[in-house]
Amino acid sequence: MTDPGGHGPAPRVDLGGLGLDRGGHLLLKRALRLLPAGGRLEVSGASPDLTTHLRGWCRSQGHRLDLAAPSVAGAAGDAVVASITRGPAGTGRWRGAEPAGASDPALPGAVAEHPSPRWGLAARGARVEPGGPEFAFPLDRKEVVWAEEAAALYAQAAAAQWDPARAIDWSAAITHPDDVEEAVVQVMTYLIENEMAALVIPAAFLARIHPHFREVVQLLAIQAADEARHVEVFTRRALLRRGELGLSTAGGQASLKTLLDEPDFALASFLLSVLGEGSFLSLLRFLDANAPDPVTRQVARLAAQDEARHVAFGLAHLERHAAADPGLRGRLAAAVTRRHDALRQTAGLNEEVFDALVVLAAGSWEPAALAAGFDRVVGLQHDMDTGRRRRLERLGFAPPDAEALSALHTRNFM
Amino acid sequence: MRDRESLTLGAVAYDAKVVTIWEGFKAWFAERDLRFDFVLYSNYERLVEGHLEGEVDVAWNSPLAWIESERAAARAGRRARAVAMRDSDRELTSVILVRGDSPIESLAALAGKAVAVGAADSPQATLIPLLLLAEAGLDPANDLRVVRHDLLVGKHGDHVGGERLAARALVAGRVEAACLLDANLLAFAREGTLPTGSTRVLATTPPFDHCNLTVFDDAPPKDLDRFLTLLLGMSYDDPVARPLLDLEGLKRWLPGRVEGYSQLNRAVDRFATLDAWLAQVSR
Repeated sequence: MTDPGGHGPAPRVDLGGLGLDRGGHLLLKRALRLLPAGGRLEVSGASPDLTTHLRGWCRSQGHRLDLAAPSVAGAAGDAVVASITRGPAGTGRWRGAEPAGASDPALPGAVAEHPSPRWGLAARGARVEPGGPEFAFPLDRKEVVWAEEAAALYAQAAAAQWDPARAIDWSAAITHPDDVEEAVVQVMTYLIENEMAALVIPAAFLARIHPHFREVVQLLAIQAADEARHVEVFTRRALLRRGELGLSTAGGQASLKTLLDEPDFALASFLLSVLGEGSFLSLLRFLDANAPDPVTRQVARLAAQDEARHVAFGLAHLERHAAADPGLRGRLAAAVTRRHDALRQTAGLNEEVFDALVVLAAGSWEPAALAAGFDRVVGLQHDMDTGRRRRLERLGFAPPDAEALSALHTRNFM
Repeated sequence: MRDRESLTLGAVAYDAKVVTIWEGFKAWFAERDLRFDFVLYSNYERLVEGHLEGEVDVAWNSPLAWIESERAAARAGRRARAVAMRDSDRELTSVILVRGDSPIESLAALAGKAVAVGAADSPQATLIPLLLLAEAGLDPANDLRVVRHDLLVGKHGDHVGGERLAARALVAGRVEAACLLDANLLAFAREGTLPTGSTRVLATTPPFDHCNLTVFDDAPPKDLDRFLTLLLGMSYDDPVARPLLDLEGLKRWLPGRVEGYSQLNRAVDRFATLDAWLAQVSR
């Protein structure tokens, strides 16, 4: 393929019996790519309709075609049927194409601070042809969404996916009395609606995040899938002995609605992942330790493993965000206060859930057992508060501020 | 209402993408300070008649519509000019296909056989291939059984469906030969309509040209010059222009030329394709 300008012998592609209707154009394209515009390529081949194919193909590609006299012998014995003069168009398409960062997030500059809306859905690291449409992904600032830990957390999540049918022994014996089972069902009913909120919220945000932040989108997607599984197992556990679920209260739903209504990604992750799912982590561990039957303990334990990752990501990206934006902490604190005010008129944790937790932890309606169960639920609330304060301090809140904010967190836990 | 200050182009809406194409061109011209607008017609005869009436300044004509314009204008003592065309409008050929295992080896052997063509007014899939057969001594009316696939008559074969039906008729064994544009041989192979090896090219027409942008001698000269300068300067390197060029199927615009219409002129004369329409328009 030397001297493509036409002064020496032109390079030649021998298609043999291959027509352009079965991939011959690939050989032509590859050879033409090495030529400048105006460069000439000879084509030999024995496919029956080759000249007809060449006419249509060259015209569509903007190359000039000159059919040869039929008697010239090609190198491989097939006749040289034509010469193609490369048109100028092929080089144009990729002029000005830009790399959309780099695939490996560890490389310097791999993850852009503010990816172009024109990179759209392109894989990070792909070369993007100019002239494409602009995509409206409103969450397109690295400082707002990114965490270095996202890739590792996603890998962990992918490896830790469990199959509800096999991970839980659904046939394990449930021996506690019906009036304790009623409490278990009420707690499950409460968990289901909370987990549904934890599914819907990241799902809504992930569609607004620029796909350049691939690992974050993947992590939120698997987080939503985790919650889908939690909804499944809590439902299945609730229905194991009884045909119907428990109560859903207006106050509980009002509390969750304030989470759904929060339009800001940082504030929503703070309220949901750090404070809400953080508190839930204590609740699920409490259920693992205190539930009266092995199935409830298993579903709580498996869900807690997943929730721990959700909390870890929320903390990681908010830590990064707070470091880049000193005003963030003030906004986070204001969000807690705002939510507290919005819920001031509601009853907080519904009595049914509180009472159900006491009975569940008691395992019976014997007065002494109820007293012990009550103490454990009080202990649970203390654990939740401790956890929230620790996470708030990790985000840079001074201990007194952390204590005050934790106290304002919804009494509905999530 | 027509903006008399705009250069107005007429085109035929043979496909929904035509709206995207000309809206795109309109925006592209507007950014270059040319007021440009377009009107879409449902068929080429209406376009040519509208053009003659002065509804549009420039018409994006099929080759047959070009001949209609040229002949109708001449009858009225006016002159039509082809001012631009796509690079892909030059030197097309049509092919007459037979099945791969057909015993037919020459045009003469098609005598008395069924030959599938596209729409009645398709230059590439009907008029020009039938001319090739006629000039080889096979009168389509008497020596062949011509099987037309009249999809969207009035759109002059712009819609590829008629050719696809002709190709399917050949593969299904309902006809002995089928006529289609060279590029569609490849396109139909890729989409699976013509499996590789199922057909072979029996004959190829000489090269001919396809569409052009036509004006009459009363087109506004200043706007037309500006329009043509911008159009011929459109570059495939321009990422804004490129999608429009891709949609319209070209890499660059070239000046118009009319020497590529001689086969179609002969076909129109031989088959009296336009006689009735010309008589009606000239009344």
